[in-house]
Amino acid sequence: MRTIAVVGASVAGTRAARSLRDAGFDGRLVLVGDDDRTPYDRPPLSKGFLAGTQDEADLALLDTDDEAELALELRLGVRVERLDAHAGRLRLADAREIAADGVVVATGGRPRLLPGGEGVEGVHVLRTLDDAVALRAAVAGSSPRVVVVGAGFLGAEVASTCRGMGLGVTLLDASALPLAPLLGERIARSCAALHAAHGTDVRHGRAVARLHTAASGRGTHVTGVELDDGTVLPADVVVTGVGIVPNTEWLEGSGLRLRDGVHTDAGMVTDLPAVVAVGDVARYRGAGGTRRHEHWTSAGEQAAVAATNLLAGHTAAAFRPSGYFWSDQYGRTLQLAGHPRTEDRVEIVDGDPDDRFTARYTDATGTTTAVFGLGSPRAFGRLRRTELGRAGAVRATQPA
Amino acid sequence: MSGATSDVATRADHFSLERDMIRLCDIDEIPEGEGVRFPGPGPVAVFRAGDEVFVLDDACSHQGASLSDGYLEGCWVECPLHEAFFSLHTGEPSGPPAKRPVRTYTAMVADGVVWADLEQAAAAHVDTVTRDAQRGVA
Repeated sequence: MRTIAVVGASVAGTRAARSLRDAGFDGRLVLVGDDDRTPYDRPPLSKGFLAGTQDEADLALLDTDDEAELALELRLGVRVERLDAHAGRLRLADAREIAADGVVVATGGRPRLLPGGEGVEGVHVLRTLDDAVALRAAVAGSSPRVVVVGAGFLGAEVASTCRGMGLGVTLLDASALPLAPLLGERIARSCAALHAAHGTDVRHGRAVARLHTAASGRGTHVTGVELDDGTVLPADVVVTGVGIVPNTEWLEGSGLRLRDGVHTDAGMVTDLPAVVAVGDVARYRGAGGTRRHEHWTSAGEQAAVAATNLLAGHTAAAFRPSGYFWSDQYGRTLQLAGHPRTEDRVEIVDGDPDDRFTARYTDATGTTTAVFGLGSPRAFGRLRRTELGRAGAVRATQPA
Repeated sequence: MSGATSDVATRADHFSLERDMIRLCDIDEIPEGEGVRFPGPGPVAVFRAGDEVFVLDDACSHQGASLSDGYLEGCWVECPLHEAFFSLHTGEPSGPPAKRPVRTYTAMVADGVVWADLEQAAAAHVDTVTRDAQRGVA
């Protein structure tokens, strides 16, 4: 393989580039991204960056040393419009082309929008650094009232950060108990209680009926959020965190299977052996069906597997997700590793479920499926190792 | 052991004067394979691997997590949040997400007491000093 193009320059794309070099690829390596900013890490956007304690420089995924060491050809601020896999060509929005005999799809996704919110001042999403800069400016103003729509991890972190800045925050979610499908009811209750304990006005089981707006300057500004029970919450800033739509439009006509992501086998290889997919956009085949992982850690784990398989020309390795993710809320870190199922039994291992604790999920046979920690990173680390095994992790990451 | 105790303690005092070493804790206060955090203007993490102690900056160079909450694997500590590994000897990360090393400090154990020079980052690790000090022949 002479040229590999990595399309998407966030954590999945940059980690794929690094993994390709680690695996011995010494050809031309092009990293294309539609964002014109130097590749950055997203997790701090809803935390330290939003709070103003971290700056753009703190988010850099690549520094100049990395660029040189990885011999990366960066093409930033340009979208890829089309993949002609058989001809081995990528067509860019600026009408240029890149000839590549290997492609890594890492185009992530874009936030779902709130109907009626487009073009309304004060209505925000949070995905890119530009989004974060705009939101940071909005919440740094004169004590805006903030309504967060969607109590997943992103929404929960935005609510937490805004509360930390002393703002009045309402957190809405259409489900009766957010995160329950992922974490089970027991743990989801503890997560919800954390918001209430820190003064966030939590409204569960309530959908947004419509936005209230008022004319401001040349456009309109949001003034409130009307719920499906008729309640109107006054709002100066509305942030939606209700999931993403995978960015696959550029792959239409490429022959790849696209349905809520790019379909791959268990080794992140698409139907074309010279095309692999990683990160939020990748829908891989795992136990019990296909799924996408929208987590930082799995992006890196997938990148290593995808690089191996792309260079091998076939699926030589399978993705074995650790299932690890974390979220920082109200000064505490939530951590999960493994693969909990809603029917699993949950047992508090130590600590207080209304405060800081660790928990273990077990299936019907008593086998541990996952471990969880809230505000207990040390105990979580210990539990993760004893229950799920993690010895040798350093050898997997340590270059020889 | 008892015969050498006062001798070593005196030598440790000597170190504290000559080399600005400060007393951090008793080695028994550090659970085997784990770390202890010492607050201060620049908090440090102290780890114990067998008879050796290592002192590093507590804040992970990636996103500032407390390395003392991390897990030891051989001579590496894993950041408790984002899984970067740092060498206890050099402070260098093994790979992403961390890119910058954390500082390491000269440390020693004398008479069961952990001493460290927090003024200056260590040029090199001093496990030989540690072992010699424990034998009372430093």
